[in-house]
Amino acid sequence: MAVYYLKTPIPEKEIRQLRVNDVIYITGLIVTARDQAHRRALEYIKSGKPLPINLEGLALYHCGPLVRREDNEWFVLAAGPTTSTRMEYFEAELIKNFKVRVVVGKGGMGEKTTEAMKKYGAVYGVFTGGAAVLAAKLVKNVRSVEWLDLGVPEALWVLEVENFGPLIVAIDSHGNNLFIEAARKVEERKTQIYKMLGLHS
Amino acid sequence: MELTVLEDTVFNLIRHAAIHLPPDVKEALKKAYLNEESEIGKIQLKVILENVELAEAHKIPLCQDTGIITIYVRAGAELKGLDKVEEAIINAVKRATREVPLRPNAINPINNQNSGDNTGRFSPQIDWEIVSGDILELSVLLKGGGSENVSSLSMLLPGVDFKDLKTFVIETVIRAGAKPCPPTVLGVAFGGGADLAVKLAKKALLRPLNKPNSNPKLAKLEEELLEAINMTGIGPMGLGGKITALKVHVDYAYRHPASFPVAVAFSCWALRRASARIFPDGSVEYLTLNSEEA
Repeated sequence: MAVYYLKTPIPEKEIRQLRVNDVIYITGLIVTARDQAHRRALEYIKSGKPLPINLEGLALYHCGPLVRREDNEWFVLAAGPTTSTRMEYFEAELIKNFKVRVVVGKGGMGEKTTEAMKKYGAVYGVFTGGAAVLAAKLVKNVRSVEWLDLGVPEALWVLEVENFGPLIVAIDSHGNNLFIEAARKVEERKTQIYKMLGLHS
Repeated sequence: MELTVLEDTVFNLIRHAAIHLPPDVKEALKKAYLNEESEIGKIQLKVILENVELAEAHKIPLCQDTGIITIYVRAGAELKGLDKVEEAIINAVKRATREVPLRPNAINPINNQNSGDNTGRFSPQIDWEIVSGDILELSVLLKGGGSENVSSLSMLLPGVDFKDLKTFVIETVIRAGAKPCPPTVLGVAFGGGADLAVKLAKKALLRPLNKPNSNPKLAKLEEELLEAINMTGIGPMGLGGKITALKVHVDYAYRHPASFPVAVAFSCWALRRASARIFPDGSVEYLTLNSEEA
């Protein structure tokens, strides 16, 4: 378990040195995107339309923040991660097309994302689910917001962050996925669990 | 019954539940931090405890997902004006969305439009129970989408005792994995029709974590299930570790001879609930918070 401090735009070389179980902190720009934003981004890819922000080297954050608007300025009050598995269907395309270097979320991602991260050089970092006030304290400024027509939770929030973390690298760019590994270990323990419960299966 | 008292009370309960964890939940998380052995699991619990303190210090909802709102009402049958309770609750929810604030989480599933104020058809969800007396008891439960999405129901064979129930609970926890933000609290209910099992499973999350099940057989089942769940190794946030669940709460209802429904409801570690009693003279007793926090 090593600790790394990364600055956006993050070069691919820095991503390649990371391994699962490492801890990273990000300074720079992270952009929130959840279900509807992913859906729209995929439509943009299909129709060759550019996104309102260039994601190359940045972190994409599975998050629908709680925000407050005062005098035309946005403030992030709480911004923990949402479950990433729902974005599995879209993420590989986003990594491939926009060169996102870090995907931040919770709950894990699957084989397709793992493959894309290996091929194009990206990692998946887990931020503690529910630790939303802590996350918001690491947001220094709301740079901009795009696609607000999708609703506050679903919009693209471009956030300036400082030492955003701890993020546990759960998928690295070498094909390792902590969640897939964990699922395999759980399967192995099942026999023992059922024995303890007096069940035979 | 004074409607402003009712509206204020519901507002206070929602605000409190969104910002502060109940003392029993905090206690359980601190214990989990001490008992967790995995290094990464410990980091997760440390971040959780830090976040809980930050939320309280800054009076900000501890999670950006302020959840779907369920209000459990236990109304004394002697009370007048019960027809106005729903209106007061809806007003309190709108006000809480603006002032706490809460994230607008009520979406019309037909056209995907967010109502913007957490209200809409059956939102917030209101659960009624009429009891004897003249007291109105209110409980608020705020439940995030991640834990709601892994809820599960199975109609088991009635002839196999608790064996299939145990298997179903364990399989459900394994399938849920990291998604419900473990360490979780589980509500498990069996019997009834399907709808009742689901309702009781969720309602079981209201029971304080330090209050044992009054039925010794169910208390034993709860302990056994908790031990088994924590053998999975899923751990905090599913990153591996000893503590996958903080507690299991079991409830039941009489069943049809042919049916054995079992439902499992999950709460993420942020089990957000708050309760109060309103007396006929308009005085309010908050059951889960100190008066200075209200």
